[in-house]
Amino acid sequence: MSPTITTSSEANGNVSAATARAAASAAASAEATGPQPVTMAKALNTALADAMHADSSVLVFGEDVGTLGGVFRITDGLTATFGEQRCFDTPLAESGIVGMAVGMAINGMRPVIEMQFDAFAYPAFEQIISHVAKMHNRTKGAVKLPMVIRVPYGGGIGGVEHHCDSSEAYYAHTAGLKVFTPATVADGYRMLREAIDSDDPVVFMEPKKLYWSKDLVDLAELRTAHSAAAQAGTSSEGRAAVARPGTDATLIAYGPSVPTALAAAEAAALEGRSLEVIDVRTIVPFDDETVAASVRKTGRAVVIAEAHGFASVSSEIVARVQERCFHHLAAPIRRVTGFDIPYPAPKLEKYYLPGVDRILDAVDDLQWEN
Amino acid sequence: MTISANHTAPQQASMAPTGNALSETAKKFGISAEDYMLPARHQIEMVDPDGRLKPEGEQGTEPGHEYPLPGDAELLAAYEQLVVGRRVNDQNSALVRQGRMAVYPSSHGQEACQVAAALCLSDGDWMFPTYRDAVAVMTRGVDPVQVMTIFRGDWHGGFDPLKHKVGIQCTPLTTQLLHAVGVAHAAKLRGEDTVVLAMCGDGATSEGDFHEALNFAAVFHLPVIFFVQNNKYAISVPLAHQSVAPSLAHKAVGYGMAGERVDGNDVVALLAVLDRAVKLAREGSGPLLIEANTYRMQAHTNADDDTRYRENSEVAEWRAKDPVNRMRAYLTDRGLLDDAVETRIVEHAEAVATQLREGLSEDVPVDPQELFRHVFSAPTPQLKEQSALLADELARDAASASQEAGK
Ligand SMILES: Cc1ncc(C[n+]2csc(CCOP(=O)(O)OP(=O)(O)O)c2C)c(N)n1
Ligand SMILES: [Mg+2]
Repeated sequence: MSPTITTSSEANGNVSAATARAAASAAASAEATGPQPVTMAKALNTALADAMHADSSVLVFGEDVGTLGGVFRITDGLTATFGEQRCFDTPLAESGIVGMAVGMAINGMRPVIEMQFDAFAYPAFEQIISHVAKMHNRTKGAVKLPMVIRVPYGGGIGGVEHHCDSSEAYYAHTAGLKVFTPATVADGYRMLREAIDSDDPVVFMEPKKLYWSKDLVDLAELRTAHSAAAQAGTSSEGRAAVARPGTDATLIAYGPSVPTALAAAEAAALEGRSLEVIDVRTIVPFDDETVAASVRKTGRAVVIAEAHGFASVSSEIVARVQERCFHHLAAPIRRVTGFDIPYPAPKLEKYYLPGVDRILDAVDDLQWEN
Repeated sequence: MTISANHTAPQQASMAPTGNALSETAKKFGISAEDYMLPARHQIEMVDPDGRLKPEGEQGTEPGHEYPLPGDAELLAAYEQLVVGRRVNDQNSALVRQGRMAVYPSSHGQEACQVAAALCLSDGDWMFPTYRDAVAVMTRGVDPVQVMTIFRGDWHGGFDPLKHKVGIQCTPLTTQLLHAVGVAHAAKLRGEDTVVLAMCGDGATSEGDFHEALNFAAVFHLPVIFFVQNNKYAISVPLAHQSVAPSLAHKAVGYGMAGERVDGNDVVALLAVLDRAVKLAREGSGPLLIEANTYRMQAHTNADDDTRYRENSEVAEWRAKDPVNRMRAYLTDRGLLDDAVETRIVEHAEAVATQLREGLSEDVPVDPQELFRHVFSAPTPQLKEQSALLADELARDAASASQEAGK
């Protein structure tokens, strides 16, 4: 018989998780010190390991997450380190995975579950929409669901159908779900730790195109900063980032589109135009303040997203900015999004994805005086 | 559409009895309904790994679970398709390595299942395959290059499902099983004697739609054969993590349908079991669940590293049970296969491989406007706008490219 897991979730009336989390430093494995080139995949993997070290109620499960370490290796080594009780493969059934996580969260656990690909989360829709999103409200807060649903999403990897959907709008549209999506390696670590700490359910959308992108980051420093912030009770949830400052127009992007927006801003700079890039980071809750402040300053905006434009997160952003910044706008807000078509086969995806040229065309269209 | 819809009320006479046809069938075999639904105590196997016909007492058959040996012509045709299927699997894997195909989930080692699934059906029947069943689709008569289009990456599928009565190869696991049920139900309402073969893997049996499909088929008493290729793994996850049922075929009894297990590397046993299942379904005995016991010899796809979760020795054990070698030995021993026939068959396989190499090696020009053509029967105003935007972008790109060239 393996040892019983002691629950330490503060969400449903158990031992304070904050106390347990303070012991997070135990997580520090032998790492090089100082900034190193680190992939998004490694940062996410480290965040999971650190959260599991910090709090024994954090569990990881899903399809192929155990022995294999996930098809993207985000859960690599977790079963070896924490045992099969804490990181395990389930039968192949997404509704089962999400529904069981709901029950485990009710009973003191903090499940972090993996949907293998965006489109393979759809069998779990009923559980996510009818229970994950609504439990807190239905029970007037008596039952919290501190769970994270990790969803690798988006295209640009030459994947075949059902492996490239941008499904964020379904979740963002559902009241009661928080929706996070990191665009940098440091945010990958930071935001996943915060999602796991959150007493509300978080759909954590991982841009799979960025899994192998590297930034120079110091994981040990991120870990320390996280512990300090957690102890102080602060979080970056709900705060967008200014990814590149600028003065002439604002590009608003999230997840996989942030690097594209940055590349467009770089190209525009060569033509003498200074573009500010806002990385939305958490779609829900949305940071109206940062986004509106930028657009009031520049007077022009383009929203960029890989997802179809119709009835999407990008349409929501345009509506919010227009409501808040109408009198500061020099031109209608433009959008550069995926077309309103099913995600294309690999050889056609380059025509679908928002690219630098399409963004610059939209910027050119912002009614410049000269 | 090849099927002409008849929208008048179906004639009552053409409706199969929905009562206890299953009990009737069991009675015909002289066994209880429960014994009919439960799989035989052992899997059905006819030719052993060395190619020897098993003695009748050791074939796993028992009263009500009896299977006559398929005819010589059928066996020789099956062998030919096995050789072609193996060649196609290996050719495709090579094309992936050369970057000519985006991905290929190979059925290497499962060719007996692939071939039998296609050969047991008549022209008017339907098949609903998964991503791994390209060889079955080809064996059913679909052009090999068209079958592989999905993996070449220029469109999501390359053949017309209605023309061939083969569903588009399905990736969202077990969702296609319900489509199979629907096709069978419509056929029943239209008074057609269509049988539908619905395919899935062992891992997929854990999905909710698997349960719903089997239950619908049983409740509506439909001629659907659920054919599960148990190749022991769902990517990295072994069968023991999916189910602790005595076997996957045992799930049948829970729905009130008949189940059977068969050696999935023995094409003789597969044909015997599937042929009878098709016959029973067509006669109105309701759905059946057949579990083929086989093995995924290669990684899940080229993107997978199977050394992370299984031992080479396990794979080696199954190599000794190869379905193609076994059949070659058996037919040679029976005197049905000689060098001349073997040479002709190998040439046939080589011709198909050449067809694939040629068809998949050329860079097919893709038309970006295809993106907007097929979303609806006719493009919406919004899609027309978006298609014009893309056309304008491409025209400007082309103009600046030719300007560059002219400099
Ligand atoms: C609904 C759904 N969830 C997850 C996946 C990802 N996936 C593709 S194949 C596979 C394993 C399937 O195993 P099995 O059913 O045994 O078929 P096999 O690949 O072995 O032929 C998984 C998990 C999927 N395609 N659909
Ligand atoms: Mg399998």
